[in-house]
Amino acid sequence: MAVPREGIYGLLAEFETPTALVHAAKAAHDAGWRRLDCYAPYPLEEAAEVIGFHRNRVPLLTLVGGLMGLCAMFSLETWISTLAYPLNIAGRPTYSWPAFVVPAYEWTILFAGLSAAFGMLALNGLPSLYHPLFNAPNFRSSATVDKFFLCLEATDPKFDRAESRAFLEGFQPNSVVEVEY
Amino acid sequence: MATKDFTTEDPRIDPLTGELRVIAPGQSFRSVTAKIADIVLTPHTSLGWLMLLSIGGSGATLLLVAVTWLFLKGVGIWAITQPVAWGFAIINFVWWIGIGHAGTLISAILLLFKQGWRNSINRFAEAMTIFAVVCAGIFPLIHVGRPWLAYWLFPYPNTMNVWPQFRSPLLWDVFAVSTYATISVVFWYVGLVPDFGTMRDRAKSKFGQYIYGMLSLGWRGSVRHWMRYETASLLLAGLATPLVLSVHTVISFDFAVAILPGWHTTIFPPYFVAGAVYSGFAMVLTLAIPLRKFYHLEGLVTDRHIDNMGKVMLATGGIVAYGYGMEVFMSWYSASHWEFFMMWNRMFGPIGWSYWVLIACNIAIPLTTLWVRKWRTNLVFMFIMSLIVNTGMWFERFVIVVTSLYRDFLPSSWGTYRATKWDYMTYAGTFGLFLTLFLLFIRFVPMIPMHEIKMMLPTAKVKPEAVEAGD
Repeated sequence: MAVPREGIYGLLAEFETPTALVHAAKAAHDAGWRRLDCYAPYPLEEAAEVIGFHRNRVPLLTLVGGLMGLCAMFSLETWISTLAYPLNIAGRPTYSWPAFVVPAYEWTILFAGLSAAFGMLALNGLPSLYHPLFNAPNFRSSATVDKFFLCLEATDPKFDRAESRAFLEGFQPNSVVEVEY
Repeated sequence: MATKDFTTEDPRIDPLTGELRVIAPGQSFRSVTAKIADIVLTPHTSLGWLMLLSIGGSGATLLLVAVTWLFLKGVGIWAITQPVAWGFAIINFVWWIGIGHAGTLISAILLLFKQGWRNSINRFAEAMTIFAVVCAGIFPLIHVGRPWLAYWLFPYPNTMNVWPQFRSPLLWDVFAVSTYATISVVFWYVGLVPDFGTMRDRAKSKFGQYIYGMLSLGWRGSVRHWMRYETASLLLAGLATPLVLSVHTVISFDFAVAILPGWHTTIFPPYFVAGAVYSGFAMVLTLAIPLRKFYHLEGLVTDRHIDNMGKVMLATGGIVAYGYGMEVFMSWYSASHWEFFMMWNRMFGPIGWSYWVLIACNIAIPLTTLWVRKWRTNLVFMFIMSLIVNTGMWFERFVIVVTSLYRDFLPSSWGTYRATKWDYMTYAGTFGLFLTLFLLFIRFVPMIPMHEIKMMLPTAKVKPEAVEAGD
């Protein structure tokens, strides 16, 4: 077990096909790697599964956001219509809750949608202005186009420059490069 | 019948399903990316685009002139008066919002139903939604009389100690439309983030890399990010679906809650939603048919898309036709003298011609011809059909608003409605604004979602047995 070196983010292997990436990622996860990540130009569910990422907290955030929107608007309407500014509209009761359903429904969706979008970005740590992976020229030019990447990160206790490189080269990647911070 | 024209040797037919192909064969990840990204990243701006932009810009300028004059003089420059107090502003508002609905339908409802063919058209359909909502939103804001006080619509603490009245459908509209605009923009932008990442990585100029880099928020394609992203997209789709249905329902409440013959009817919500989708798909066709031709996107927006959109129009057109039929039936079955007179006057009164234009454009022409697949895949026919349906849908709103109002209960207060040049200028101006925004979109933003197209390519599938065996 080598101590992660100053100045290296990890080892980045480039693969040609999604199948090759998933195969390598599965082998790495099975070998005990935990600080690793896969990069693909489109959602590759199999790769997330094999590195042990099964569920996320976006649905919970969305639910909480939606309930907050619902409560906020319904109580605002109730307070305005009964206490702050009661109006007699065609003799209806001031607390005419069926009419309050529509704006409360809209705000449920508004808050839930904003929570889903911004919650997803926050959990992903985005926006981020800098990431070391972009120092690798092949990652820059093709990670979002047509190549598949596996990165073994230097913070993993199993990381060793030479051994990890040999491990990755066993999967016949297009290339393995060291990523500087 | 018409299906026998398509033999299995036809390269457009997928032999596995017997349906037209969603994506033409022979595309790779790189070719798809290059095809879509290079439309935007090319330094060469085509003359046709510049000419169209000048037309759109002129139209938008017309809108600016019309609205400026309106702000100076007040809504009296429009034709609205008693008894027709709602004119072009509400007609155009409902029409533009309706057009927007197809974008949400394509991006959200078809995603939930796993209709893969939507992927090629959802980005520009969503863009169409946003720009249509922009055009729609202008009308109620400038119709309020003192538009600089339009923020009074929102509940906020103020020194007047006045709050909005939550039992009015017009206030429900404020929340429905503002939520719709916000969620549409958020959904669209979330869909764009990974594609902005691709643009950042392909851009040659420093400026392009900088701008697309900022817009991509640092997207790097980590599969963990992708999983959260997919969850969020699915949730947004699930939220946008009830939202889009509620928006046109609430808009129909503006009419249906009033106790006026011709408006006070329970069929309005479903029939407004179906009509919105009908006109929206027509607008998608109006935009998609020239776009795929000029940018050579026939491999991505295939005949299957045109065919399927024709089928959706056929279905929603059928619902709309049922709505019209039910209105006529209820005017008789209600045994209400006023209802019956309204319908007679709508058909045979002085503005009765508008009703027959509506019937011809929305029912007689499309619902007799769209059954034939050969015609549904004929681009010229579908382009003309899309214009006809949108004309019909505009007249539907005209008929609902004007013919219900212009001869009310007392013959002494009967009047008519004749739009002024300012009405026409404002309406024409919103076309210019829409065209301008849409042209800017296709020049600066990838108009087809690259990552969603990549998911549909055969090379995108992971082979499970190869994962185990070691490729």
